Amino acid sequence: MPELRIEDLTKRFKGEAVLDGVSLTVEDGETLTLFGPSGAGKTVLLRCIAGAVDPEDGRILIGGEDMQDVAPEHRGIGMAFQNFALFPHMTAFDNIASPLTAQRRSRDAVREGVERVAKLLKIDHVLSHAPRALSNGQKQRTALARALAASPGLLLLDDPLRNVDAKLRFEMRLELPRLLADQGATVIYVTQDYKEAMALGDRIAVLSDGKIAQVGTPEEIYRRPASIEIARLFGDPTINLLDVVPEKDGAGVFARLSNQRVPLHGGLEAAVGRDCVLGLRPEALRFSANEDGIPVMIEAETPFNEKTVTLVVTARGREILISRPAGTPAPASGAAQIAADATDALLFDRATQARIVPDRDGGSTSEAAA
Amino acid sequence: MDHMSPIERWLRGIALTVVVLFFMFPIFWIVLMSLQTNETILRSPPSMVFEPTFGNYVAIIAGRLDSNVASMGIAFMDNLWNSILLSVGSVAVALLLGVPAAYAFARHKFRGSEEVAFTLLSFRFAPPLLVLLPLSLYFQQIGLANTYLGLIWVYQLICLPLILWIVRGYFEDISPDLEHAYRIAGHSWLSTFRRIALPLAGPGIAAAGLLAFIFAWNNFIFALVLASADKQPVTVGALAFVTASGIQYGQIAAAIVLSIAPTLALALYAQRYLVEGLSLGAVKG
Repeated sequence: MPELRIEDLTKRFKGEAVLDGVSLTVEDGETLTLFGPSGAGKTVLLRCIAGAVDPEDGRILIGGEDMQDVAPEHRGIGMAFQNFALFPHMTAFDNIASPLTAQRRSRDAVREGVERVAKLLKIDHVLSHAPRALSNGQKQRTALARALAASPGLLLLDDPLRNVDAKLRFEMRLELPRLLADQGATVIYVTQDYKEAMALGDRIAVLSDGKIAQVGTPEEIYRRPASIEIARLFGDPTINLLDVVPEKDGAGVFARLSNQRVPLHGGLEAAVGRDCVLGLRPEALRFSANEDGIPVMIEAETPFNEKTVTLVVTARGREILISRPAGTPAPASGAAQIAADATDALLFDRATQARIVPDRDGGSTSEAAA
Repeated sequence: MDHMSPIERWLRGIALTVVVLFFMFPIFWIVLMSLQTNETILRSPPSMVFEPTFGNYVAIIAGRLDSNVASMGIAFMDNLWNSILLSVGSVAVALLLGVPAAYAFARHKFRGSEEVAFTLLSFRFAPPLLVLLPLSLYFQQIGLANTYLGLIWVYQLICLPLILWIVRGYFEDISPDLEHAYRIAGHSWLSTFRRIALPLAGPGIAAAGLLAFIFAWNNFIFALVLASADKQPVTVGALAFVTASGIQYGQIAAAIVLSIAPTLALALYAQRYLVEGLSLGAVKG
């Protein structure tokens, strides 16, 4: 299976750069999720790789071979479109068979190939239907089956779960990783849903305004986002962002919230005195029984099935979201105190929006809390 | 539609009847005339009561025009054959040239593409006579005057822009993703054009072809100027019924019935495609 390398790819539409110097490598057999808000250029990037759109600048190498003058049909790619793009005048069978007939396989081999992939995706009972007679979920599976049918080395999936209902999306999110692993293909999976990105990707590439903002494992992106924007994109409820100016005393670096210390990572000394933004994940906050917690007023509580999210307001009127597992006891209203886990606190530069990396990143709890 | 009051439904029925009568009456009257002799047609006041005769049809098909003064030969059946040959030929050529061109204009924005497409459309703005006089001189010199080939060529002025512009809209309405998907699946652009673009634009191509056929069939001026008797279509051939000894209304009527029959049959047959095709193109899917 080929490795995909993208070097400095640039694409403009009417003078406006949609892709602005994108460089990215997807390892052989890896699943990379391409995540970004709508309009970030995800689909355009995928189309450049597929050969449906010609980039102005940069190179695309599949298995080390420059794709510049290679027609889409010779790139050995399977692609599923966000709008499915099923051929409306062909049955589901013929749709799925199209990559196989292109290889001039015998009729038996085509039927065998279609049935194999249809069984895998549980659509073998609707193969004779026209696309308009299929439910949305079946359409989506047919589109996926068509992309998989010829066992391509490189698989491009453009938000294939976007247009299907929540239940099916959940099912497919469970099924897809195994399916993709069985294929052994190199996969780029485009999505706007951070949970999907984290669930399916070996690595995540965050695309924003036509640039790659960060590439890393789901864990890295969540724990060590490169910027405020990325921190905000991953996580539900979204991260709490509070303007602070870190200080330092004998006990170490800390940020002051409502006159209470929130201890920070010891390696953040360089940030002392600068205008910063403190990022606290809602699940890194908890209600505290101690008097030294941050005093807050509870505004509202939203119970979800597996967790409860509480909106609290500090003395200075700053709103903070706290998430805790459902069933854990907590004050329901009135005054309360909260505390933060220092290890999970993120610090961003307010001017550049970039995360301030501690000198000794990934340090131990004791060091941070010291 | 279901919640119309009886009065509304009744009024609607009347309105529809009036419209149908208004448009169908000329055709109905022509059919009646074609079954009468010149004398019964010209009697005053006109009457719907007469003894039907197929004499007009017999005369036309046999090629003998008998008036009360003289008897002369007419080549109406040859005209009909010419009409069919010219219309079918020019629509076939126009489809062969126009559909790929329409695809190119729809899918590829190259320098000057809009200008070229518009120039082709502008052929329909100019009065035909403006083109015809110089054209007939050229045709004399290069030996195309009074040939089927030359006429079919000139008929492209009518058919080609029509097909090009209607079919272009249909190609533009097909999602490019469908074609991308087929190519990524491993098919060449040519087979993508044949297997995806052509079938999906099919209703539009059929509608455009039918319209072009009707326009070609009804054309009068090109054939009048560029063709001599043996190459003339029915539109020009019908002039032969205006003779020195009077106008043979009955035979003209029969000739008209015969000459609208092919287009009418074709339109009725293709009606479904025509309506579906013309309306499908209007809605972006």
